[in-house]
Amino acid sequence: MRQTLAQKIIARAAGRDHVTPGDVVTARVDLAMIHDSGGPRRVAPILQDLGVGLWDKDKIVLVADHFVPGDTEEGAAILAMTRDWARRTGVRFHDGLGICHVVLPESGQLRPGMFAVGGDSHSPTGGAMGAFMFGIGATEMAGVLATGEIWVKVPETILVEWTGRLGDGLMAKDIMLALCGRLGMDGGKYQAVEYTGEAIRALSMQERMTLSNMAAELGGQTGLVAPDDVTAAFLRSVGGSVPDLSDLHSDEGASVLEHHIFDATTLAPQVAAPHSPANAMPADAAGKTTISVAYVGACTGAKYEDLQAAARILKGRKLAAGVDLLVAPSSKRDQDRAEADGIMSIFEAVGAKILPNACGICAGYGTYRLGADVTCISSTARNFKGRMGEASSQVWLGSPLTVAAAAVAGHIIDPREMLA
Amino acid sequence: MSGRIFLLGDDIDTDQLAPGQYMRGGIEAIAAHCLEAARPDFAPSVQPGDIVVAGRNFGAGSSREQAAEALRHLQVAGVVALSFAGIFYRNAVNLGLPVLIAPSIDGVLDGDLATLDADGGVLQLTVKGIALPLDPMPENLRAIIQAGGLVPYLKKRFATDDKGPSQ
Ligand code: SF4
Repeated sequence: MRQTLAQKIIARAAGRDHVTPGDVVTARVDLAMIHDSGGPRRVAPILQDLGVGLWDKDKIVLVADHFVPGDTEEGAAILAMTRDWARRTGVRFHDGLGICHVVLPESGQLRPGMFAVGGDSHSPTGGAMGAFMFGIGATEMAGVLATGEIWVKVPETILVEWTGRLGDGLMAKDIMLALCGRLGMDGGKYQAVEYTGEAIRALSMQERMTLSNMAAELGGQTGLVAPDDVTAAFLRSVGGSVPDLSDLHSDEGASVLEHHIFDATTLAPQVAAPHSPANAMPADAAGKTTISVAYVGACTGAKYEDLQAAARILKGRKLAAGVDLLVAPSSKRDQDRAEADGIMSIFEAVGAKILPNACGICAGYGTYRLGADVTCISSTARNFKGRMGEASSQVWLGSPLTVAAAAVAGHIIDPREMLA
Repeated sequence: MSGRIFLLGDDIDTDQLAPGQYMRGGIEAIAAHCLEAARPDFAPSVQPGDIVVAGRNFGAGSSREQAAEALRHLQVAGVVALSFAGIFYRNAVNLGLPVLIAPSIDGVLDGDLATLDADGGVLQLTVKGIALPLDPMPENLRAIIQAGGLVPYLKKRFATDDKGPSQ
C-alpha cells in the first residue's frame, strides 16, 4: 500500500503496518519537548493531580526560552520554578542556550522518522528533520508525560511543491509568506503539509526549519521535508546518529488531499502587512512604508543563516536615521558561530542592539516590547495585533534580508536592490 | 436528556467561543461571554443538555483550550458540526466535550428540541421525529469523553493499572 511520509511515521509509532487518513490511533511518543511558559508551571500541577511520575525522563526535553533572561518579576519566578523542576526530575534541560525549536535539532536529539510532540504551536519545526512533530496543549502534554502515548487522527497530506531554484535575495521565509498569502492561514487544514520539489531540496537545514516552522501559520498539524543527504549531514554535524532514511519519504503515487505547484524562479521577496502573515505581497508593493524598528529574531528568523543574510546587507552600510535594529540570535550556538565568522561584529558596527538568545520581543513577555504606534519590520513568524507590544504597534514580516534592507533604507524595500 | 438546538454558521472561531478580553478572568467569566458576538442570547439562555449545531470548521483559530472548556462549563450536551478545526477537536475530546461530525444538517432549525446520542451517533429531533445520523466517534476517543476528559480518564486508568504506563 502506498503511503505518505506522515502515514509511515504514525503507523510505526502506533505499531501498525499501515494507517489510513482519518483513522484515530494511539501512538507511542519518541520525544516530548516543553518550555518554561507552557511546561512545568502548567503540567506539574496536572501530574500531581494524577499522582504519577514521568514516563521516561530521557525522552523529555525542557528548554528555558520564553521568560529568559527573567527580566520581570513574574518571569524570574517562572524561571526559578522551571529550573527547580528540571533538577528534581532529571529531564534533559537546555537553559539559556536559545529557543526550543532551534535548540532541539541542534542538540542532536531529534531524528528523522521520530513521532514527537511539543508544548508550543511552532513545534512543526521538527518536521524539517523528517520527524512528525506537532504542538499540543498543557492537558495533553501532561497525558504524554505520564503515559508516553497520545491519540492522533491520521492526517491527509497536502503536497506543496516548488519547482526551479530560488533566485539571489530570496529565502525560505519568502516562500512561506507567499504560501500564507495564497493558501491562507487555514490552508493547511490541520493536515500534514509536505514540502517538495527542486527548490526545497536545494535548501539547507536551517532554511527548511523556517518552512516547517511556519507550517503553523499555514494551519498545518505538521510541516514535513523528507530527510535526505542534507538532513544526514546536519545530524552528523550536531553529533546525532543517522537512522536508515531509505523508506522515510512519501511513496510515488501515494494519495494526497491537495498538490500545489509553485515556481520558485519567479518569486519576489515578500512582506506581510499588519496584522496577519496572510497579508503577503511583494516587498516593492508595500509603498515604501517607513519603519522605525527592525527586528531580527525568533526561532523563525535569527538562526545562523538568517544572521548571515542580514549581515550581508548591513556590511559596509549604515542604518537609516531614526531606525533601531534589534538582533536576538536564536541560539547560543548560532551566535557563537556568527561571532567566529565576523557576522556579529557587522551588527555591532552598525550599532545594532544584541538581545539574549531567547524568544524576546516575539513572545512579548519581557521588558523589550514595541511601544505605541511603532512600525516594525520583523523576521518573526506572526504579526498578530498586540503580540509584540502595544496594540497600536504595526508589525510587518519579511525575510532577514528584507528586514536588514529596510533598516538601511528606513522604509520597506526589495532587498535585491542592495545586493546588486 | 433533551435540549434545545442553537444553530450556528460556518467558521465559528475560538475568539467567539472564548473572547480574548475575558481570558484573564477564569472559565466562569469566559463562559459567561461565550459566543457573545455571534449569538448574544447564547450564554444567558443556554441550559444543561442543549446542543450546538454548526456548519464547517467549528473552533477555527487559536489553540486555547478554554474554547472547548467554556461549552463544557455551560454543560451543553455536545457540538454537532459539518467539520471541526483540528486543534479544537483535540481539545474538546481531552476536556470531555462530545464533538460529532454530521454528514448533513439539512432540516435542523434553531430552537428545535433534540436529544444527542453521542455513543450511538444520532441527533434525534424529538418534535419533528427526524433521526439525523452522525459519524460515530472512534472508540478510544469515546472512552475519554465518557470518563469526562483526559485527566479523569488517566486517573481511572492509573487506579486500575498500578503498573503505570502500558507498554
Ligand atoms: S521565538 Fe516566537 S515563535 Fe519562536 S517559540 Fe519563541 S515565542 Fe514562539
